[in-house]
Amino acid sequence: MSFSAILNIITGALEQGLIYGILALGLLITYRILDFPDLTVDSSFPLGAAITAVLTLRGVPIVVTLLAAVGAGAIAGLVTGLIHVRCHVRDLLSGIITMTGLYSINLRIAGRANLPFFSNETLFKNAFTKSLPAWIAPYSTLLIALLIVVIAKLLLDWYLRTKAGYLLRAAGDNASVVTTLAKDVGSVKIIGLMIANALVALSGAVMAQYQRSFDISMGTGTMVTGLASVIIGTNIFRLLGWMRSTTMVIIGSVFYKACVSLAISCGLEAQDMKLVTAVLFLLILVAGQVHIKRKKVRIHA
Amino acid sequence: MLELRHISKTYNPGTVHETCLFTDFCLTIEKGSFVSVVGSNGSGKTSLLNILCGSIPVDDGQILMDGQDITHMRDFNRYRRIGRVYQNPSMGTCPTMTILENLSLADNKGRRYGLTRGTNRKRIGDYRDMLASLGLGLEDKLGVPVGNLSGGQRQTLALLMATLTPIDFLILDEHTAALDPKTAEIVMELTDKVVKEKGLTTLMVTHNLRHAVAYGDRVLMMHEGRAVLDKAGQEKRDTKVEDLLSIFNEISVECGN
Repeated sequence: MSFSAILNIITGALEQGLIYGILALGLLITYRILDFPDLTVDSSFPLGAAITAVLTLRGVPIVVTLLAAVGAGAIAGLVTGLIHVRCHVRDLLSGIITMTGLYSINLRIAGRANLPFFSNETLFKNAFTKSLPAWIAPYSTLLIALLIVVIAKLLLDWYLRTKAGYLLRAAGDNASVVTTLAKDVGSVKIIGLMIANALVALSGAVMAQYQRSFDISMGTGTMVTGLASVIIGTNIFRLLGWMRSTTMVIIGSVFYKACVSLAISCGLEAQDMKLVTAVLFLLILVAGQVHIKRKKVRIHA
Repeated sequence: MLELRHISKTYNPGTVHETCLFTDFCLTIEKGSFVSVVGSNGSGKTSLLNILCGSIPVDDGQILMDGQDITHMRDFNRYRRIGRVYQNPSMGTCPTMTILENLSLADNKGRRYGLTRGTNRKRIGDYRDMLASLGLGLEDKLGVPVGNLSGGQRQTLALLMATLTPIDFLILDEHTAALDPKTAEIVMELTDKVVKEKGLTTLMVTHNLRHAVAYGDRVLMMHEGRAVLDKAGQEKRDTKVEDLLSIFNEISVECGN
């Protein structure tokens, strides 16, 4: 393998790892902070992709399409939250219900299962990136992905340090404290799910911009990828007190994508991707002796 | 003032486990009084607190808070005026959040939890003073996650958090039961001090008859969903641990224990 080929693999893994890092930030909220196994993400990821694809094809400015994706993701989270809180459906099932319903909605939005927009300007290929000097051009994609994930991270860091953020952390930590503070735990959970799915949809939208197409199947395995990033990141860097968990999961995501790319470059084919994803996830869980937090016995049906 | 009027509560109605706990139960707790509640397991002490706080619904009857009917008010809304400390020290604090973050959260009770900074830096000095007055050395551990503290330290913090903001009622659910004798005394002393300073209307469930006698101005003994003993004022001051114990034994003999 030539040097440039290796460099390409590394750059690609970094780019995708950073884009999936936004997804990891979303799962950090639901899985780590709220202790909510939210399967909505398998559909809110392609939801963001579908929205950005459709709007880009209609000539809407890219940034606006990304914001639209964020809004749609928040609505998806709201639906899951309302099903869980207002209809008293178990957390796992609420996510599954939204995920399933959203699959059809995604197809409705896109109009079909695959929607390419190769001839349009994208977030990564546009007039601005073409005007960049030659020495920086090969890394423009990487830098744009980095910029977006850093903005998302800083915003989330800021939010978690506000009063609302404290309440969100308390809701996952010990719901009874939130209740005795005269706040409705249900509403706090709903807000958390909205922020998480907004981030997931943004990740999906950026991914669609990256591969210049929407595909209905791109949501499959989102949960696993995101969880793997969160678990790798928080386990590897757990002992480093100075590092924020938001940084940890982004690095976790890059690391995970690098492992998958490595496995693929060792001769496995693209169709083996999901199997590699699943096996790697298992290896990480076993190697780290991670015990997924035992779910508390819920009173909901 | 807290009032329970003609409360009825049956657990698991319509099943073989059907247990009728309260039938036409009435209780009035005057403003500013400190009521200790004792009684055997299953006598309805904790259910009484849960009914007051809205953790469990009643089948029949009315709950009034200063004359306002709160029977159908959601639990979290009732806590605007109620502070509560649980038996389990981990129930009153957030383990992965630091002492400072826990106090900041509690300090904002009754206000909006918006997008302003979670910790008010101007209050850190006050927090430190409050913690120092406990004598547990917590004032130097503001940045330590509460999950790393001992049960006693956590419970003291929980009590501090429950009474940090202006509230009218304090509900204590066997809050010293899980602590070692020395810590239990510290927490009890602190409870008494806070209740007197803030003039809180307090309801304390306890298994410690000595605490029930030594603290508060009224003592209730619950048995099978009824108050079999209710002494206040001078009568309460004349009550001794032995008196409570003898009634306790009589009840147990009746039950055939």
